[in-house]
Amino acid sequence: MRLPPARGPLSEWLIGRLCEPQRTAVSPAYRSKLPWADEDLQLSLWIAYELHYRGFEDAAIDGQWDPEVLAFRAMLEREWVAWLERECRVMPSDAPIAEQLRELVDAEDGPRLSAYVRRHATLDQFRQFVANKSVYQLKEADPHSFGIPRVDGPTKAALVEIQSDEYGGGRPERMHAELFRTTMRWLGLNDAYGNYVPEAPAVTLAVSNVMSLFAMHRRWTPALLGHLAALEMTSTLPNRQYAAGALRLGATAQDARYFTEHVEADAVHEQIAAHDLCGSYVDDHPTALSDVLFGASCALKLDNLFAHHLLDQWKDKQCVAS
Amino acid sequence: MTTNAEEPATAIRAYPNGPILVRGDFELLDEDGVPVATDRRTVALCRCGRSAIAPLCDGTHSLLPRTPRS
Ligand code: FES
Ligand SMILES: [Fe+2]
Ligand SMILES: [Fe+2]
Repeated sequence: MRLPPARGPLSEWLIGRLCEPQRTAVSPAYRSKLPWADEDLQLSLWIAYELHYRGFEDAAIDGQWDPEVLAFRAMLEREWVAWLERECRVMPSDAPIAEQLRELVDAEDGPRLSAYVRRHATLDQFRQFVANKSVYQLKEADPHSFGIPRVDGPTKAALVEIQSDEYGGGRPERMHAELFRTTMRWLGLNDAYGNYVPEAPAVTLAVSNVMSLFAMHRRWTPALLGHLAALEMTSTLPNRQYAAGALRLGATAQDARYFTEHVEADAVHEQIAAHDLCGSYVDDHPTALSDVLFGASCALKLDNLFAHHLLDQWKDKQCVAS
Repeated sequence: MTTNAEEPATAIRAYPNGPILVRGDFELLDEDGVPVATDRRTVALCRCGRSAIAPLCDGTHSLLPRTPRS
């Protein structure tokens, strides 16, 4: 993919630096009260992280390790992490980690995006939902794969078992990102990697950026595992509803397979993630408990904000239309 | 397939307030003895009785009241 258009002074500086590394302009300073909603910040983070995934055709080949870019990203991350810490840090208890994760998930009474999608979403709204999702889903599982070389024994075995399923178990056509492409094509969406990044709102980029933050820094490995567990534990029920919504809107079983596949697969993954992955990790690293929960809580919080964003937009449209 | 005492061909594990995971070599038949279509290496079998895709688990158990472990 190519570098997306800038959204403010931060992304402008970063894109400039990546296109012309010999340029010596100083990066602008940064302050924000609401990092998750800051378009310029989230796009800049997204670009900085993407250098470690597929990268950009028009960026300097080793922009990934440009010390100026890394220092710039670290500056942005300071505010971003401070906000996450304020909003998402939870007090651990003595209960087994799987139970604590379950409690966190159950306590989250977010907006009912999946129920809305199932019953009311128009084809256009479904398309918008999927286009937003594609920012992460076209690299589904990739952030969590960064955790593999950082863990051992049963934790590694559990992580690899989940990831192997996400990547299709050796069959590219079963890879979750590929199943997602089928759904995109049904909706007439462009399934090229990163195609909807330029128009994705800050909150959509933030959903991806939080996993990349945990993926890039070894120090956040426990949060990365907790994040994965939260994704897996909040997957089966919504995906059942998304599948029903897609079928209502005329999808074939194949078009909706991404969603139905996640009902079956994540019924397995949620147990492995909560009990085997996080369970064994916390057994080996008792002091990591709080960070595991923190990662899960971050995933839930951002998913919530994303759901709010879409539903609010759709509600406003309804008001205008009626 | 080689088997020995330390490494059974199939591992079956129950999860608290959740399904049973079956891993390894198995054949899954429904109530009429018809093979259940799944090409998964690990499956989750419902034990709450509420799954819409029984005998597989579909996550519905998480909506039911949980019994604490004794
Ligand atoms: S055990 Fe999961 S749906 Fe019954
Ligand atoms: Fe998946
Ligand atoms: Fe999964």
